[in-house]
Amino acid sequence: MAVCVAVIAKENYPLYIRSAPTENELKFHYMVHTSLDVVDEKISAMGKALVDQRELYLGLLYPTEDYKVYGYVTNSKVKFVMVVDSSNTALRDNEIRSMFRKLHNSYTDVMCNPFYNPGDRIQSRAFDSMVTSMMIQVC
Amino acid sequence: MEAAAGGGCGSGPPLLLSEGEQQCYSELFASCAAAGAAVGGPGSGPPEAARAVPSAATAAAGPVADLFRASQLPAETLHQITELCGAKRVGYFGPTQFYIALKLIAAAQSGLPVRIESIKCEVPLPRFLMSKTDAEIRFGNPTELHGTKVQIPYLITEKNTFKRMDDEDKQQETQSPTMSPLASPPSSPPHYQRVPLSHAYGKLRSNTEQMHPAPYEARQPLVQPEGPSSGAPGTKPPRHQASLIRSFSVEREPQDNNSNYPDEPWRITEEQREYYVNQFRSLQPDPSSFISGSVAKNFFTKSKLSIPELSYIWELSDADCDGALTLPEFCAAFHLIVARKNGYPLPEGLPPTLQTEYLQAAFPKPKRECALFDSYSESMPANQQPRDLNRMELSVKDMADFPVPTQDVTSDDKQGLKSTADEALPRDVSEDPATSKDSNSLKARPRSRSYSSTSIEEAMKRGEDPPTPPPRPQKTHSRASSLDLNKVFQPSVPATKSGLLPPPPALPPRPCPSQISHLRVNSKRSAQRRPPTQLPNYGDFRLQKQSEQAPEAEIHPQLNRAPSQAAESSPAKKDIPYSQPPSKPIRRKFRPENPATENQDTSTAVGGPASAATVKPHAAVQKQSSKQKKAIQTAIRKNKEANAVLARLNSELQQQLKEVHQERIALENQLEQLRPVTVL
Repeated sequence: MAVCVAVIAKENYPLYIRSAPTENELKFHYMVHTSLDVVDEKISAMGKALVDQRELYLGLLYPTEDYKVYGYVTNSKVKFVMVVDSSNTALRDNEIRSMFRKLHNSYTDVMCNPFYNPGDRIQSRAFDSMVTSMMIQVC
Repeated sequence: MEAAAGGGCGSGPPLLLSEGEQQCYSELFASCAAAGAAVGGPGSGPPEAARAVPSAATAAAGPVADLFRASQLPAETLHQITELCGAKRVGYFGPTQFYIALKLIAAAQSGLPVRIESIKCEVPLPRFLMSKTDAEIRFGNPTELHGTKVQIPYLITEKNTFKRMDDEDKQQETQSPTMSPLASPPSSPPHYQRVPLSHAYGKLRSNTEQMHPAPYEARQPLVQPEGPSSGAPGTKPPRHQASLIRSFSVEREPQDNNSNYPDEPWRITEEQREYYVNQFRSLQPDPSSFISGSVAKNFFTKSKLSIPELSYIWELSDADCDGALTLPEFCAAFHLIVARKNGYPLPEGLPPTLQTEYLQAAFPKPKRECALFDSYSESMPANQQPRDLNRMELSVKDMADFPVPTQDVTSDDKQGLKSTADEALPRDVSEDPATSKDSNSLKARPRSRSYSSTSIEEAMKRGEDPPTPPPRPQKTHSRASSLDLNKVFQPSVPATKSGLLPPPPALPPRPCPSQISHLRVNSKRSAQRRPPTQLPNYGDFRLQKQSEQAPEAEIHPQLNRAPSQAAESSPAKKDIPYSQPPSKPIRRKFRPENPATENQDTSTAVGGPASAATVKPHAAVQKQSSKQKKAIQTAIRKNKEANAVLARLNSELQQQLKEVHQERIALENQLEQLRPVTVL
């Protein structure tokens, strides 16, 4: 269902970004980029007093006509951004949360690989396959 | 494939086997090997005994002899065949020997003469009359070419049915229709006769029936991704057959033979496991605990694989994704690295033989008493030999050249890429000739493995630090060391350093031809050159000064050029003074003959001594008139000497030039090495 999945590093550069429809990829990249501002806004709003309780799942960042953008941030300030098609009304919040959880788990697995240097692009095949499964399942 | 198989054969003409032949031969070989073990070992665990037997790669002589006798060839023909196939030479029946022998038997049965060339011919499958072997029924009819894919399922079905009948006589009738196209003789007598042979199989089957289907089914999908697509159709029919047969609780040993071949690269042999365990212990003394990610990373980085590949291998092998490797995970990772170094493409998923549970089951009990491992046991005797040979060849060669794959391994690579049921046998055969070369050393290998492991450690450690380039030879005449010039100069060098004796006497004969012409011209120079060149360097200066002073012969400018070129490198300067001394004494001799030997010779250092020497020649010159004949003779002699010296000097200068070039290249290299650093 996800049309685009992106993993953004703490310094706000992409570690991994993938779009389902290969055309208009640039549009999705741009959307992800602009959504980062919203993410930061949410983090700063929540983070001051509630660092410990800060929810990792940020929810809907902003909706556009065609797409909705959801965000998720880890404790190490690595952000996951997911763009879903607005026409998929059946997609519930729980499903989005579970998708982010899977993303987070896969990302953790990638991190565990000693050959992965934090800050590198994610080139793990396992991660790719997991993202593919997420992007295809809902379509 | 077959050509490759042929090419792999070490001795004699290439062994070309058709698909059917390969299938039959491998099954025969497996049965002979297992049968031999079954006959020889205790009744309870014959396959295990077979595995434990060191000669796992060989067919036991007993069943082989029975098989050969069953071919109904005269004894002397059999002797001939045995000799030809090389079994007597190597002392046992390895796969290659066995296959060649079978082919020769087939040839003999077809009436062809028993010769090595016969194995090239297309012959029907050999016929074996009964007795304790499975061969007869199978090869009652030449089932030569029904097409590869069709044939395999037929054979598998056949074998499966036979095995089944050993256990349960129930479905015999149901199976006979399938057998009929393949076997003309009645099935029941051979069936009964085969009971003792397949006794072992039956036991295993009963133990492992249930376990088999799942792992093999799991393995099948892995087979396909490993092999090219052409293998897929080949594996499917056997799989379907197997699934059908499985319902009758048939042992899928032949299927194992086929399906295991594609897994061969991913199976860890005992020796490999020992090596991996040793490596694990070197990193982490406690075998039951973890290797941390960074330690493992450093270790695997020595393998010189690319980081993405290592990252992927880690992904595959770290099953629990905890960032640390347990011993089974470590073995799997190491094995994947070894396979990758040998050129095998990395699998999409972790092969079952490399999975943690499998390895854990196998690891603590190296004798494979573990139940899970037993499930693969019946396949072990059959597959062990080719697989072990493959493994060992793969691993030993690979480990021995951990950073660099060997050529033999590359031949395995081509074979390894064809990991399909269809190609498994051809590959096995193709590997067999290759491994037959190693079969002789097979027994030696486990012993030598301990040495190879240390060498691999060293290799890996060496790999960690790229070997520093050998230090560039200094101004020593490294190349010239072979020349006599070194010896020529060395004595002269100490001489010059010690007493500067040579300098004074002679002018360098170098510019001999032109020099002589110049000598007279520069008679005046001798006086100038009087100041003795006591210092070689001083001579250099003189050289350069005299270069301005014209008429020195070409060699003088050459010498100046040489020093100018070598100006960057000091040794050249030393060389020149070195070159001067030898010429000086000779030059001196010139003077007596030349009235005006002005030591022109272009080398100034020579000029120095020459100047001192010219004084004497003058005196000698004055007497020349009275001794012209003598002078002429001496002149001739000295010309010759001068020639020799000039020649030596020329070669020595060329050496200097080469060395200067070397140094220049070295400097440029250093510069390039330094450059990227400075760029940052």
